[in-house]
Amino acid sequence: MNRIDQMFQKKKGEILNIYFTAGFPELNDTEEIILALDRAGVDVIEIGMPYSDPMADGPTIQESGSQALKNGMTLDVLFNQLKVIRSKTQIPLLFMGYLNQMMQYGVDRFLNACVAVGIDGLIIPDLPVDIYELELQEKIEKSGLHIIFLITPQTSEARVKKIDELAGGFIYMVSNASITGAKSEITNAQLDYFARINAMNLKNPRLIGFGISNHQTFNQACQFAQGAIVGSAFIKHISQHGNALKNSIQEFVSQLRGN
Amino acid sequence: MHYSVDGRGFYGEFGGAFIPEMLHSNIEELKSRYLEIMEEKDFQDEMQQLLKNYVGRPTPLYYAKRLSLHFNAHIYLKREDLNHTGAHKINNTIGQILLAKRLGKSRIIAETGAGQHGVATATVCALMGLECIVYMGEIDIARQAPNVSRMKMLGAKVVPATSGSKTLKDATNEAIRDWINNPNDTHYIIGSVVGPHPYPDMVARFQSVISEEMKWQLKEQTGSENPDIIMACVGGGSNAAGAYYHYLDEDQVRLVAVEAAGLGVDSGESAATSVLGTKGIIHGSRTLLMQTEDGQIIEPYSISAGLDYPGIGPLHAHLIDTGRAEAISITDAEALEAAFLLTRLEGIIPALESAHAFAAMSYLKYRPEDVIVINLSGRGDKDLSTYIKKMES
Repeated sequence: MNRIDQMFQKKKGEILNIYFTAGFPELNDTEEIILALDRAGVDVIEIGMPYSDPMADGPTIQESGSQALKNGMTLDVLFNQLKVIRSKTQIPLLFMGYLNQMMQYGVDRFLNACVAVGIDGLIIPDLPVDIYELELQEKIEKSGLHIIFLITPQTSEARVKKIDELAGGFIYMVSNASITGAKSEITNAQLDYFARINAMNLKNPRLIGFGISNHQTFNQACQFAQGAIVGSAFIKHISQHGNALKNSIQEFVSQLRGN
Repeated sequence: MHYSVDGRGFYGEFGGAFIPEMLHSNIEELKSRYLEIMEEKDFQDEMQQLLKNYVGRPTPLYYAKRLSLHFNAHIYLKREDLNHTGAHKINNTIGQILLAKRLGKSRIIAETGAGQHGVATATVCALMGLECIVYMGEIDIARQAPNVSRMKMLGAKVVPATSGSKTLKDATNEAIRDWINNPNDTHYIIGSVVGPHPYPDMVARFQSVISEEMKWQLKEQTGSENPDIIMACVGGGSNAAGAYYHYLDEDQVRLVAVEAAGLGVDSGESAATSVLGTKGIIHGSRTLLMQTEDGQIIEPYSISAGLDYPGIGPLHAHLIDTGRAEAISITDAEALEAAFLLTRLEGIIPALESAHAFAAMSYLKYRPEDVIVINLSGRGDKDLSTYIKKMES
C-alpha cells in the first residue's frame, strides 16, 4: 500500500505536511532536512523541485528555488540524493513541481525514477484535470504514485466532486484565493469555505495549505481538515537558521504543533 | 489544413490552458464568454467607433517606392506605427478593456516588456476610468524610462518585478500571481498571443483588424486582395498574428515570421525561439520555448525589449511546425542597420522590433514581381536613445 494511504489509515487528524525546496539552502541538504523533519514528528514531506518560473508559488519559495538552481540542483542530482533515502526513513514523500519539468525529463523516465527512489505522490499545480485524464492518468495510476490535486474557494461543487474522483492520497485545499506565503491569519470567509468542503464528505482526506504559518493557523486548519501543509514559513525559518538546521527544525515543528 | 484554435483551445498540439486551479474560475469565465461578448452588436459598435475615432484606424497601407526600388520588389508597409500610442498594441487593449467592462471587472492588470503594451493598457484604463496596475521587470523599468513616465502620467501604478531575471517573463509571472490573488474584481490584459487559452485566440482576433484592412487596401491598390508575402516580427507574435489572420487559409500567401537573433543564433544571447526552442510549457501554454534539458526556462536576449521573450504564441508554433510560416532570424546589428535604411529611404523611423522585419528582406527569397507586405508594427520614438548611440558610434 502507498505510504500516504498507510499514514492516513493510522492517523486521523493533526497531520502536518512540510514543504521544502530541494537544494536549498545548500545543494546537499536534502537528506539532512528529510531526516530531521521525520525525527521532529512531521507526517508527510513535500520535496519542491526548484523551477525557474513557479507561477503558483510566492516569492519566498521562488527565491529558494532560484538559489537551489544556482547551487546546481537538477532532477538527476535530486534523484541521486534520494537513492538511499528509503533505507533511512519510511515517511511519505511527495514531489512538488511543474509539468514542464516532468515533460522535459520524459514522463516515463520521471515516473520510473520516482518509483525507484520511493516517492509516493506528485503535486503538479499547472497540470489541469482534463490534461491529466487525457495524457497522464493511465501512466500515473500504473506507477502506483498518487496524484494530488488542488481545490480553491472558487472551485465549484461539481468540480470538487470530479477532482475527488480522480485524486489519490489526499486533496490539497488552497486556503484562500492567494499564492503561497501571502497571508498570516484565517478569515471568516475561509472558515465558511472549510466548513462547506468538510460537509461534502469527500472520499479523500484533505490537507489545508497556503497561509498556514504558526500554531494558531495550524490549529484552525485541523478543525476542518485532517491536517495542514506548511511551506513558505518553513523556508523562511531555515533560511534564518541555515547553520543549525537539525535543531532548528525540531524547534519549528514543536512551535507549530504547540508542544 | 486548418489553422484556427480547436474546441479544446489547441492549435494542433500547441496551446491549451496549463494553469493552476487557482486560475480556473477566471479562465473558465473568459473562455465561456469572450466569443459571445465579442459578437454582440453594441460591443462591435463601441469597438469600431473607438478604433476609428480614438485609435485612428484604418491605418494606411503605403507603397514604399524607394524601398521597393532598393530591394527590387513591390513593398507595401502596413502603418501600425500610426496608431494612437505608436504601435499595434492598442488594437488589443481597446478590445480587452471593453470585454473587461462587460465582465464587470473594475481592476486591470497587465505585464509589459518595452512598455508599449503597458502604455496601451494604461491609456485605455484612463479612457474608461479603471484602476490600472502594470508589472514590469526591474531591468526594463531602468532601460525604458520614458514609457514608465507615460504610464504614470496616465494614472497607472507601475510595479517592478524583482524575481528571476527581472524582465518580461518575470513581469508576466507577477501579473499571473496578482490575478491568482485577486480572482473576483480583476481582468488581466495579456499583451500578446501567449498565455492560456482563450488568450492567444482572443488577442489574435482583436489584432486581426490589421489583415482585415490589408485585404481591401491591397484590392484597391493592386487589384488583388492577396499579396505574395507577408512579413512581421515575432516576439510573442501579436502583430504577426494580426497581419496573418485573414490569410491563414490562403495557402498561396507566404507568411514570414522574423525573430530576434540577438547577438547571433549560436551566441547564447538570442531570442530566436523557432530555432533554439523545444516543445514545452510557458505561462500556461504548450508551445516552443527556450529551455534547458531540465525544463528550466532560459532567459532570452535581444536589443529590442519587445522581442525579448523565451517563447512564441502557440499559433506561431503551429504555423512553423506545419511549415505554413517560414522563420528568419535577424541580429541586433542587422536590425539597427535596417532601421536606418528605412528612415533614410522613406522618412519613417521604425521601432527596433519592426526593424527586424525589414532586415529580413536581405534573407528572403522572392521574385521581382512579388507583392510583399511588411507590417510596420510600431514607431521608433521609444528607441531614439539606441539610435542616437548608433549615430555617434
